[in-house]
Amino acid sequence: MDFIDLLQLVVYGLVLGSILTLGAIGVSLLFGILRFSNFAHGDIMTFGAYSAFVVVSVFHGPVWLALPVGMIVGALVAIAADQLVYRRLRRTQPVILLISSFGMALIIRSIIQLIWGPQDRSFVKGIQMPLHFGDIVVRPDHLWIFGGCIAIVVAVHLFLTYTKMGKAMRAMSDNMDLARVTGIDSEKVIICTWALGGALAAAAGVFLALDTRLTPMMGWSALLPIFAAAILGGFGKPYGAIVGGMVIGVVSELSTAVLPPAYKPAIAFTVMVIMLIVKPTGLLGARR
Amino acid sequence: MSEGELILDMSGLIGGYGGNDILKGASLTVQKNEIVVIVGPNGAGKSTLMKSAFGLVKIRQGSVTFQGDDITNMRPDLVVRRGMSYVPQEKNVFPSMTVQENLEMGAYLRKGGVAEKMERIFEIFPRLKERRKQAAGSMSGGERQMVAMGRALMLDPALILMDEPTAGLSPLFIEQTFDRIIEINKLGISVLMVEQNAKQALEIAHRGYVLAMGRNRYEDTGAGLLGNQEIAEMFLGG
Amino acid sequence: MSFELSGLASYGVFLLTLAAIYAVVSLALNVQWGMTGLFNIGIAGFYAIGAYTSAILTTPASSEHLGGFGLPFVAGLLGAMVTSGIVAVFVGLITISLRSDYLSIASIGIAEIVRLIFKNEDWIGNGVRGIAGIERPIGENPLIYLAVVLVVLALVYVAVERARKSPWGRVLRAVRENELGAQAAGKNVFRFRLEAFVLGSMLMGLGGALYAHFIGFVSPEAFEPVFATFLVWVMLIAGGSGSNKGAVLGAFVIWAVWSGTELLTNLLPADFTTQASALRVLLIGVLLQIILLRRPEGILPEERPHVGASPVSSTEEEEEETA
Repeated sequence: MDFIDLLQLVVYGLVLGSILTLGAIGVSLLFGILRFSNFAHGDIMTFGAYSAFVVVSVFHGPVWLALPVGMIVGALVAIAADQLVYRRLRRTQPVILLISSFGMALIIRSIIQLIWGPQDRSFVKGIQMPLHFGDIVVRPDHLWIFGGCIAIVVAVHLFLTYTKMGKAMRAMSDNMDLARVTGIDSEKVIICTWALGGALAAAAGVFLALDTRLTPMMGWSALLPIFAAAILGGFGKPYGAIVGGMVIGVVSELSTAVLPPAYKPAIAFTVMVIMLIVKPTGLLGARR
Repeated sequence: MSEGELILDMSGLIGGYGGNDILKGASLTVQKNEIVVIVGPNGAGKSTLMKSAFGLVKIRQGSVTFQGDDITNMRPDLVVRRGMSYVPQEKNVFPSMTVQENLEMGAYLRKGGVAEKMERIFEIFPRLKERRKQAAGSMSGGERQMVAMGRALMLDPALILMDEPTAGLSPLFIEQTFDRIIEINKLGISVLMVEQNAKQALEIAHRGYVLAMGRNRYEDTGAGLLGNQEIAEMFLGG
Repeated sequence: MSFELSGLASYGVFLLTLAAIYAVVSLALNVQWGMTGLFNIGIAGFYAIGAYTSAILTTPASSEHLGGFGLPFVAGLLGAMVTSGIVAVFVGLITISLRSDYLSIASIGIAEIVRLIFKNEDWIGNGVRGIAGIERPIGENPLIYLAVVLVVLALVYVAVERARKSPWGRVLRAVRENELGAQAAGKNVFRFRLEAFVLGSMLMGLGGALYAHFIGFVSPEAFEPVFATFLVWVMLIAGGSGSNKGAVLGAFVIWAVWSGTELLTNLLPADFTTQASALRVLLIGVLLQIILLRRPEGILPEERPHVGASPVSSTEEEEEETA
């Protein structure tokens, strides 16, 4: 293993990190406001990816059009899940919501299988010419994923910092009771949060499908590393999720230098457990 | 500006949290432009009584009337739209947001004029203007209290409720806080507050209520209550 | 002497045996969740550990995996419980003190790691090819095995029910409902939770072992970890979490419903068979949501009023009168 090989792994790690970051920001945003870890997040990713795939395969649209379509679908699915089920469970014990989200994950997954079947496919057909930067190999897709991630993260940041709804989301995440007392329409903010979380999940899903393959299980298998990333950055802190996602991505890829690639999720998990023991509030500190 | 005009009328309130009745038939009124203070021993129901006006407490019997309308058990986010603001005792700012953003959140329901309003608030609290870009959570207790009050003023409320505004503050800050409250009141805003620093609060109050065990015990002008020897010993700690 | 059952009867025996095995796991989950409030989604991990342990202990020697002990059935079961218990101690030490969300995520991680290990470390269990030829005790007669499983279920039920009514069980209930109060009363909350976690995990391992001997074969994919885990949760919630009777009832009822959906989808035209399983999962998923929305306490709720819509304590309530 020489330096160039390690650098190559870091490049892969940044790509994986981009995907995890987008997923983790969504998870943290939702947790910050609703105090609930949505286990269906992975399957919203998958659904978004499949919807984007429809644009590419049926309508022969370009990937950059498929992405927003997928994100819109992701937002709608998330809102639907909340309005149909989660909203009515918000007043019960938090664990009931967790169990429900577990069920929701399976519901979404089975709908995906019913519509598209259980086989896996490639997102875009055709071989791509890899680009060479010195001795480092990068697929064009990787550039799209990394660039897309940066663009989306910047957009989210601008949204949270400069728009009224974005600020209202931050306020509710800081202090839910005070937000209500101030007159902020909490139901509206919650719906927007689900929309944003769902859209981010779908984007992560599209990128994951682009990087690997499109399968019904792909979102669920990414769920563990995504939660690890969110926890690492501080559960409930969307900016921490960026750090968490990149760290987990790079560390996971670097681990393949010594361990079989199949253990990558286990690495994410191990990093998360170490963080939970040593500093449960995450690298950047969090809310409980 | 008629002095006798009732802005808030709470009568015969029985209620509390969950199944417990903390209020056992308490009443109070606030007239336009008044500062009204609620004092009494711990557990008397002072905060509970005040919060009933804002819909934060389940009222089983009795009524709350605000500016002529019945708002008993109305949800807080609807009450705030009618012109009442509430400053909680604790967790009364958005800690990760700047002073300016906190005030902006206060103005969430406002239709325009946010910048001007903010400048007016900064006139009352000049210290906040210096620190407008500072995160509210990193500020001292006294400064946070100012942010909380400023936030509550952004909607031009007719009545502002304050839960122990001087709790945990240094003597200097306590005095400044009471000065601010007088200033706010001079702008035409009625004030209802619960206070543990009863003596100083009653000094600036038009009227006061002494509450004990969920019921009214005494009601008089601020000066009247202060002059009452019995009350001073029993409830005001001398 | 071999013994042929008619098609329907043999299907019935097959159904009952699996339901009874699931009932054991459901009881185990009840110890962890119903009695203690630990949200464990990593059931499949301990189930797999139990299954593999029993397989390794009872099968003849092979160059492809650990084994060759040739121990009898009962030793397999006990061994399964021991290894599950040991792993549970380590897992519990790390995860018990975490809040519910983190605990559940950690438990998924554990189950995933277990699956990865069995899949990739060929020397343990022959990787994806798994271990075959696991024998049942007392011959291959399905009726006899059903009886064996039912006996084990009965023993487990009695044990868990006694635990629930014992002083230990009462402390667990106190911990679950009012942790701070229990701590103030001097109880070592962590220890009680750990004990409940280990006990539950041991029983999950036992279930896995029973399954291994029933099917005769173990492999990493034979457990369908995600769905099986989900199904056990549905069983416990539908039956009534907190109550052992509920756990057993839920297992039989939900297993019947699940098998019933198979009969239904068999009626569909042939092209739909691949989609059939997805449809069945969808139905069970929706069923769970309906139960959670309408009757979260299940068919046979716990004797003391507990699970279900309990009002979230808002900060207004917490600020209860101190002024």
